[in-house]
Amino acid sequence: MSSHATDAHAEHGEEHESMTKGKIWKVFFILLGITCVEFIIALILVPKGIIPGHIANPLYIVLTLFKAFYIIAYFMHLKFEKTGLIISIVVPVLFIIGLILVLTNESHHWITLRG
Amino acid sequence: MSTAAVSQIDEVKSTPWSGGRSPFNVEYGKMMMWFFLLSDAFTFSSLLIAYGALRFSAYAWPSAALVFQSVPGLIEHGAPLVFVGLMTFILIMSSVTMVLAVEAGHRNARKEVIGWMIATVIGGLMFLGCQALEWNHLHSEGFWWSSIPTSPEKLQEFFAIGVPYAAQAASAHQFANLFFTITGFHGFHVFTGVVINIIITVNVLLGTYEKRGSYLMIEKVGLYWHFVDLVWVFVFTFFYLV
Repeated sequence: MSSHATDAHAEHGEEHESMTKGKIWKVFFILLGITCVEFIIALILVPKGIIPGHIANPLYIVLTLFKAFYIIAYFMHLKFEKTGLIISIVVPVLFIIGLILVLTNESHHWITLRG
Repeated sequence: MSTAAVSQIDEVKSTPWSGGRSPFNVEYGKMMMWFFLLSDAFTFSSLLIAYGALRFSAYAWPSAALVFQSVPGLIEHGAPLVFVGLMTFILIMSSVTMVLAVEAGHRNARKEVIGWMIATVIGGLMFLGCQALEWNHLHSEGFWWSSIPTSPEKLQEFFAIGVPYAAQAASAHQFANLFFTITGFHGFHVFTGVVINIIITVNVLLGTYEKRGSYLMIEKVGLYWHFVDLVWVFVFTFFYLV
């Protein structure tokens, strides 16, 4: 057996334990549930004035980040990879956070520029 | 120096990072797919952050509940989020069928892989069809790249009462450009994802991965497909909810 084939085989064994059909459907219902919560906020709670818009927006973002975590960790399987790979994918996201901070700050300045 | 014990410098190191094996324990193509997706994430976040910055600094913005309130072909007004909810459901569902194809690939169950891959392709095509309807609807309202509804009365339909016309026209232009660029770029990813999924399905039918002894390729295209779903989650939040 070639070394490549044994590598692939070893990988399979590992992943077999981590993601079963039951878990896949569980993650699906979590994603569906979070989306339904977003719809309830947008269609019922905000129009009725139970939650004001400036509180609903951060809520949407937090719920979106939860969904992103479940997709990346379970569907994309990152949670079960080696720590080195997880770090090399997750740490560069700091650049995105940096750009968010820079441009939100900058956009406040644009308001005064536009007059 | 004693001759019996091996000096520390001569000992063979066996940590994951001392060479001789992959420290990440993933196949080359899969690792490269991860790094490609990371670069793609930068592209999408640049677009979305630019959208955020322009929207923050705008005097007013078209209200999502007023722009997206129709189900093309069925309901003209008063159904905000219904159609996009359907699109989101279709995409999440096709992500699930993709991950089920990966799971079947681990068991080398060829027939199951084929079934789930075909389901994923159908999901992707359904999403693209919905997006075409959505674009067509907005276009019929008068929105397109650098084009907005011509009459002030029509434009007022998309804004809260009391926003001056000049501010409406300025932000409606920005909204139209950003909406069609960002959902267009995402739709282009969905389209390429569907094409890649079809190629891989044909390969499974031809028995390519059966001969190779591993369905790892399903996993690699699966990563791309889930990424498309991931981007949609953000596009959905920032265009339709916020």
